[in-house]
This record gives sequence, structure tokens and C-alpha cells, in this order.
Amino acid sequence: MSVVFEKTQLLTDKQFHYCPGCNHGIIHRLVAESIDELVKEGKLEAGNIVGVAPVGCSVFAYDYFNCDMFEAAHGRAPAVATGIKRAKPDTLVFTYQGDGDLASIGTAEVVHAAHRGEKIVTIFVNNAIYGMTGGQMAPTTLVGQKTTTSPYGRDEAWCGAPIKMSEMLSEVPGSYYIERCAVNNNANILKTKRAIKKAMQYQLEGKGFCMIEVLSTCPTNWGLNPVEAMKWLEENMIPYYPLGVYKDKGAEQK
Amino acid sequence: MVKVTINEIVCKGCGLCVRACPKSVLALSKTKLNAKGYHPAEVAVPEACIGCASCARTCPDVAIRIEKE
Ligand SMILES: Cc1ncc(C[n+]2csc(CCOP(=O)(O)OP(=O)(O)O)c2C)c(N)n1
Ligand code: SF4
Ligand code: SF4
Ligand code: SF4
Ligand SMILES: [Mg+2]
Repeated sequence: MSVVFEKTQLLTDKQFHYCPGCNHGIIHRLVAESIDELVKEGKLEAGNIVGVAPVGCSVFAYDYFNCDMFEAAHGRAPAVATGIKRAKPDTLVFTYQGDGDLASIGTAEVVHAAHRGEKIVTIFVNNAIYGMTGGQMAPTTLVGQKTTTSPYGRDEAWCGAPIKMSEMLSEVPGSYYIERCAVNNNANILKTKRAIKKAMQYQLEGKGFCMIEVLSTCPTNWGLNPVEAMKWLEENMIPYYPLGVYKDKGAEQK
Repeated sequence: MVKVTINEIVCKGCGLCVRACPKSVLALSKTKLNAKGYHPAEVAVPEACIGCASCARTCPDVAIRIEKE
């Protein structure tokens, strides 16, 4: 018997605390597998990896990744990652952040990290809601989407339009590679993994700020079962947040 | 021959693997409950499996292992 698929060693044995069907677990695995492959390819030393976990449902990410982890205050992961990367330039440094974390309370940190061209990788998990705190409206919540703080649906006249971070950060001169992905089907899962690995490879080559935005479900706070939530993401999130490469300075040079 | 093993302790019965399988190999158990209180996924039609690993790639709890003869 040969193994076609097994759990990567870059994930610990700890069981995820996420709700059934929550896409955070899929995204964790893709991050872990990308690091694992870079180590196996001899491009990275196993002891030379630091992840920065956020505040949000993925606050316990430090328990799940089999590498050094740092827990940042809400939204501050890019600032913490900046310090780590500048102090230890040979280390692979990534942040893992939700939309409340990155696009709301931590907007300043990520915008300035991108502006400074910090050599870090940011994994931005956009589920259009504050998951951990009980489903409040986030800056990324879609127009018309019902949350506990927008019970009649988000009103654009009152709250503005949902914020598009990939589009915004691709306009910043210091950013190097920005792609928006989703993990709603097999092909997109494979694409997301390629994007995450490419971003990490760019960092190892000393390039600038890279962010992979991954559209994600929150079945619990969307009030849908996991399969319905995937469908809702496909029908509502992907049309507003188009998938694709927003910036790739590496590809422009070729 | 392909062998799909589902870790029933870890599985949360989310059904995403059932949705992802192109050959309708998997189903959520109608009789079993695991310690977490979920109906775990089962390999209902093993002979139809083509070993594509779509189920394993979509599983948010990394509960699926796939081997091939
Ligand atoms: C300084 C501070 N303000 C507010 C909070 C409360 N809080 C915890 S998680 C969270 C939002 C998390 O949402 P998101 O980043 O989208 O992550 P998700 O849970 O959706 O994955 C908030 C507002 C906090 N912990 N610290
Ligand atoms: S509340 Fe939402 S984001 Fe948080 S673990 Fe549950 S499904 Fe995932
Ligand atoms: S390996 Fe492919 S065919 Fe086999 S159960 Fe999984 S998804 Fe279905
Ligand atoms: S995707 Fe994973 S957790 Fe969900 S039902 Fe299938 S095996 Fe269980
Ligand atoms: Mg969120």
C-alpha cells in the first residue's frame, strides 16, 4: 500500500476546535503542507519558521502548527511579524488573520507593513463576519447580509460598501504578491495551496510583502449547514470578491 | 484498489467530503454517533472509489487518509 494522502507533520495531533465544516481547518492544512514541502525540498530549515496567530476563531492556531508560534494582540500580527522578520531575517514568518482582525481593528498594521514592503506572508481568512464573538458585522460583510449587528441586512448607505483588501493592498507600492483564493472545491483548494507556497517561496527569495486572501465559510454564524455555507460563498462572496492574482511582481519581471 | 480511512473520533460529520466525492463513495452514518455527538462519514461504496483524494483535501478536520495498492 502506498500513501496517497495523509495528515502533514507540520500540523500537531491536537484536534481543531473549529465548528463542523469551518474552512479554517482546510486553510490551516494548506499552510502547514506548504511549509512542510519547502522543508522537504531543502529550501527551509525546520527550526526556522515562526507563525503569528491572531485574535479571532483561529486564536488557538499556535496549538495546531508544528512550528514556533507567537500570539499577537487583535490586529497586530503584521507588526509583530515585522519585528520577528527584521530580527531574524532567515526565518520564514507568516501571519494568519481573520477579516475582523486584518480588515477592521488591524487595518493600520497591515497597510503599513505592506507599504514598508515587509518580507512577511499574510494569510487573510475572509469569512465576512466576526466569527469568534458571535457573528457581528465586519467591514467585509456583504450588503444585505444579516448578522447580529445588522439584523435587517447590511445597509450600504449607513455602513459603506464591504472592504476589498486584496484590491487595496495591490495598489501599495511595497506589496509584492497579492492573490485572492477560495477553498470551495478541489481545483480551488489546489490553487490556494499553490498561492500560499508561492508567497512563502517569494519570502525565502527576499521579496516584499505577500498576502493570500482566502474566502472562507462560517456556517455557525451564517446560520447555514456546512454544505449550504459553501454554496452561499460561491453564490454571494465570489461574485463580490473575485478570485485571482491582483499583483505579482515576480511574474511581471519574467 | 484504494483504501479510504476515516478517523471517526476526529470527524465532525460536516458532509463536505460527501459533497466533494465525484463517485458518491461516502455517506454520513445514519446509525453511528461519535463521542463528539456527530454522525461520522463512512465509506459506503468502497468499490467505486478512484483514489482522487478530493474528500481528503476538503476535510476541515484532516480526518481522511488514502492509500493505494
Ligand atoms: C482589542 C480587542 N478588541 C476586541 C476584541 C474582541 N474580538 C475578539 S475576536 C474579534 C473578531 C474576530 O473576527 P475575525 O478576525 O473575522 O475572525 P473569525 O473569528 O471570523 O475567524 C473581536 C472583535 C478583542 N479580543 N480585543
Ligand atoms: S464560529 Fe465560524 S469561523 Fe468560528 S469556528 Fe465556528 S464556523 Fe468557524
Ligand atoms: S478518494 Fe475520491 S473517489 Fe475516493 S472517496 Fe475520496 S473523493 Fe471519493
Ligand atoms: S469532511 Fe471530514 S469532518 Fe467532514 S464529514 Fe467528512 S470526514 Fe467528517
Ligand atoms: Mg471573520
